[in-house]
Amino acid sequence: MARIGVFVCHCGENIGRTVDCARVAEALRDLPGVVHSVDYKYMCSDPGQQMVKQAIAEKGLTGVVVAACSPHMHEKTFRRAASGAGLNPFLCEMANIREHCSWIHEDREMATAKAIDIARTLVEKVKRNRPLKTIQIPVTRRALVIGGGIAGIQAALDIADGGREVVLVEKEPSIGGHMSQLSETFPTLDCSQCILTPRMVEVYQHPRIRLYAYSEVESVQGYIGNFRVTIRRKARSVDEDKCNGCGACTQACPNRKVPSEFECGLGKRPAIYVPFPQAVPNLPTIDRSRCLLFLNRAKGRPDTCKKCAEACSKGAIDFDQQDRLVTEEVGAIVVATGYQVYSIGKETGRDDLHGYGEYGYGTLPDVIDGLQFERLASASGPTAGRILRPSDGKEPKRVVFLQCIGSRDPAKGMEYCSKICCMYVAKHTMLYKHKVHDGQATVFYMDIRAAGKGYDEFTRRAIEEEGARYIRGRVSRIWRDGEVLKVQGFDTLSGRPILMDADLVVLATAVRPQPGIEALAQKLNVSYDRHGFINEAHPKLRPVETSTAGVFVAGACQAPRDIPDSVAMASATASKVLGLFASEMLEREPTVAVVNDALCAGCFHCERVCPYGAVEHREVRNRAGQVVRVVAYVNPGVCQGCGTCQATCPSKSVELQGFTDDQVYQQIQALGL
Amino acid sequence: MDGEGARPFEPRITAFVCNWCTYTGADLAGTSRLQMAANVRIIRLPCTGRIDPMFIVKAFERGADGVIVSGCHPADCHYNAGNYHARRRFAIFRELVDFLGIDPGRLTFSWVSASEGAKWRDVVNETVDRVRRLGPFTAYRELVTDPPVTRVIGEEVPA
Amino acid sequence: MARIGYFPGCSLHGTSREYDESLRALLAAMETSVEEIDDWSCCGASSAHQGGRLLGVALPARNLARAEAQGLAEVLAPCAACYSRLAASRHEMDRDPDLAAKVRLVLAREDFRNGVQVKNLLQVLRDRLTDLKAAVRVPLKDLKVACYYGCLLVRPPEVTGGFDDPEAPSSMEEICRALGATPVAWNRRLDCCGASLSLARSPSVIRLGSTILQDARKAGAEVVVTACPMCHSNLDFRQQAMRHRGALEGEMPVLFLSELAGLALGLPPKVLGLHRHFVPTGSVTSRFAAAAGEVG
Repeated sequence: MARIGVFVCHCGENIGRTVDCARVAEALRDLPGVVHSVDYKYMCSDPGQQMVKQAIAEKGLTGVVVAACSPHMHEKTFRRAASGAGLNPFLCEMANIREHCSWIHEDREMATAKAIDIARTLVEKVKRNRPLKTIQIPVTRRALVIGGGIAGIQAALDIADGGREVVLVEKEPSIGGHMSQLSETFPTLDCSQCILTPRMVEVYQHPRIRLYAYSEVESVQGYIGNFRVTIRRKARSVDEDKCNGCGACTQACPNRKVPSEFECGLGKRPAIYVPFPQAVPNLPTIDRSRCLLFLNRAKGRPDTCKKCAEACSKGAIDFDQQDRLVTEEVGAIVVATGYQVYSIGKETGRDDLHGYGEYGYGTLPDVIDGLQFERLASASGPTAGRILRPSDGKEPKRVVFLQCIGSRDPAKGMEYCSKICCMYVAKHTMLYKHKVHDGQATVFYMDIRAAGKGYDEFTRRAIEEEGARYIRGRVSRIWRDGEVLKVQGFDTLSGRPILMDADLVVLATAVRPQPGIEALAQKLNVSYDRHGFINEAHPKLRPVETSTAGVFVAGACQAPRDIPDSVAMASATASKVLGLFASEMLEREPTVAVVNDALCAGCFHCERVCPYGAVEHREVRNRAGQVVRVVAYVNPGVCQGCGTCQATCPSKSVELQGFTDDQVYQQIQALGL
Repeated sequence: MDGEGARPFEPRITAFVCNWCTYTGADLAGTSRLQMAANVRIIRLPCTGRIDPMFIVKAFERGADGVIVSGCHPADCHYNAGNYHARRRFAIFRELVDFLGIDPGRLTFSWVSASEGAKWRDVVNETVDRVRRLGPFTAYRELVTDPPVTRVIGEEVPA
Repeated sequence: MARIGYFPGCSLHGTSREYDESLRALLAAMETSVEEIDDWSCCGASSAHQGGRLLGVALPARNLARAEAQGLAEVLAPCAACYSRLAASRHEMDRDPDLAAKVRLVLAREDFRNGVQVKNLLQVLRDRLTDLKAAVRVPLKDLKVACYYGCLLVRPPEVTGGFDDPEAPSSMEEICRALGATPVAWNRRLDCCGASLSLARSPSVIRLGSTILQDARKAGAEVVVTACPMCHSNLDFRQQAMRHRGALEGEMPVLFLSELAGLALGLPPKVLGLHRHFVPTGSVTSRFAAAAGEVG
């Protein structure tokens, strides 16, 4: 016979104001099976929890219903209390009479009636709860890091230095990410390559880091502690074991006119290439869409050019190499796929993003984006660090920088602030001034957002010491008049229209997540916002966790981030991962499905609908050891407890613990006439 | 509490919602203090995939005037695909509702995510309004032989 | 034979007769029957929407309601201002059901569903680009054209439905290429022509217009193409005044897109109304007119 205790919380005034808690407790007292029903001001307080514990002990309760706030708020608290009094924690349920009742209704009569109904359904449910045990699952203490930019590098190094193995996957031929393309970094103007390259080498040499460059995550199975990840290692057409990185092949390649991705199209590379001199791993890759041999093969013509293979003394060139799939077992995943800059009008897959045609980006060669300016300013860039404009290679004497291109503009771009532009534009004006002493940098800005250590000082320095001219306002049009660019805009402080000449225009385009982020997020089953940024589990308190346990997020794939932010986030994910790996076993809620062997007919509809592949086949044998039937078996380590199998099962022979048919029907019944 | 003075018909709505999206969305509606009709009783399930169409029939049989089924948006299911199974199941079930003698207007299927507290309020209010217009659902009640137990909320409108 | 509704507006029955003539000839050659809206009235351009939202929406809506009653699915409004007012009215009513209800009441048209598509000439020709290409008899080979959009043909995007990029449009160039002409890259395609300030502040219009024409010439254009009577009158009629003030040298023929297309389709210049221009169009017609002698 059930002995249920009901505890109705006033939550101060929060519930008590609209719900007559005493009446709720009184109404529940009359229900069959309820032996104890009280109300109290703050059930979650220490005395409140003591009341629960005491009642369990004194009245020998077999189940507890706490009518208070959402179970998402305090279920853990009260289950712990119940457990402390010797009651199985899964015999404690919460009736949500705050979020679902007192806070959303004003009519005291109606709200009280509803609160009674809610509590009543939970009494019926808890009567049928069975004591359950948390499930212990083993943890594979290795981590996967997706993305080899600065965030991924930092996360991988921190986890590996913490003593755990790391698999680092990077889709480009080299790790380094966007940071490797930058010339100098704000606000200290230290050389980006100089601080990044040692970290890249460290990754390569670390005994506990396995690097898969030029690879992508193909699929992800499993759950926290037990992920099984398939990685596609794209064919480089170069044998990694044989290649010694001498570079003879890249010298030999006759097709040297491929726009370089690393140089943002401002430089050229051969079809077999190493993206940049400091690349890690230092291995060449054949771009099959540009290699003459592969272009001929695609047209069914015989192989003609094999100059790279001829130049290679190691015989490392392998034209017949295929993509390979490798599988890795990991216990945690860090997503650090970074960002791309908004390439106006050339966005793929987003028809709504084609704004800013008035700036001529893509048609006027001297209108470039911020990342391209980084390459112009970089000593290792296409101009060897001299600021020369793309159209005629002349040194621009008047450079105009436009901030917020695509950012903070819901009509034509993204409504969010891209965060890094104010700072890097200030940096650009300084780099420009340092290289072109008689040049004039002009910046059109909406606001200057320089919140960060040393950031405001930095922008002030650009304006006050380095002579950058800042104009508050927007530019409406840019057009070409012979050799110069005409920039027409508006100064909103003086209220005057402006028409000025420029030799080079740099657009600080918005930060967007990498293309393909949605597909990856779906593989990982993590949620993302409408721009494609990965959602954190809680914007304040769980900033590096995601909606899926065991998957963490770092860097600019979560929101626009600068380098210090990305590194801090990466280290935070590493600490989360190492915390997860601290013990060999992981505790999990026992809300899993269980099959009744006697009823199961072995149709395996459940197997087909299970999103986790948790359903296995089990042979039932007779006493002679012969197989008489094959029935379903749900692996409790894999089952996540969605209950789809139960709703699908024709013979109702699989049941989800804690949400059995009997429980649900009794809840429905409790609401009935 | 008795039948004196005709109180307006207050529909009884049973809602089957998933724990991760709609239940949390309803929590958000609460945290945001969004006022809504008090006619809906939520039964929490882990996923819409867990919802057996028989639950809906049972709710009507036990005197519900309307039913809401709500879960995560497509592609946002906490369990990857449970809501897709639910969607297919209810696409077929919807065809049967008429046959069962239930006006399809008494049934609401919707997607409400954890961040859509306001949408949940709208779903609740719209369903309550619609069902109020349709009046009490008595077709099954007439088949039940047991005398109805007086309920706390609202009053019976004579059929 | 395809059928399209037609809202000529005041200009096409007045100062821009040639636009009307060339359009009707062109669409007839493309086997599209033009059906004028019965008893059409002013679109309210320039002033009505300043006088109040309801008036600004209801005036054009009256024409849309008539078109709907005539069973027209789409209406061509060749004048950019008419197009803008009609399309804006449709958009406003779509967006605001209360306003739509009010408009129905004002018009005494309870049955008005606001279902008529409003299109400008660019949309109509681009919709029929394959047909247009097939109908070309005299390709406008080596003719360098400056496509001039002005303000309202492609803007604002919420009203035009974004059929073309509002800041970097390409539809007129596409159409001209289909006619065999060579569009030049120039800077002033979207600049303001001065529009209705033509009479009130003609010096401004002369300054704006000459900047546009000079830029077109600098880019190597031999002719400026437009699809708006206001743009046409400001650029064509005002050229004399521009020269007078030393703002322009020589002449730059300004053709309606329908005239240019008509030429490519081998229609006689007289039928297209090319003799009605202030700036002689002979430099173009002499090269492409099937019967050049007819030009007045």
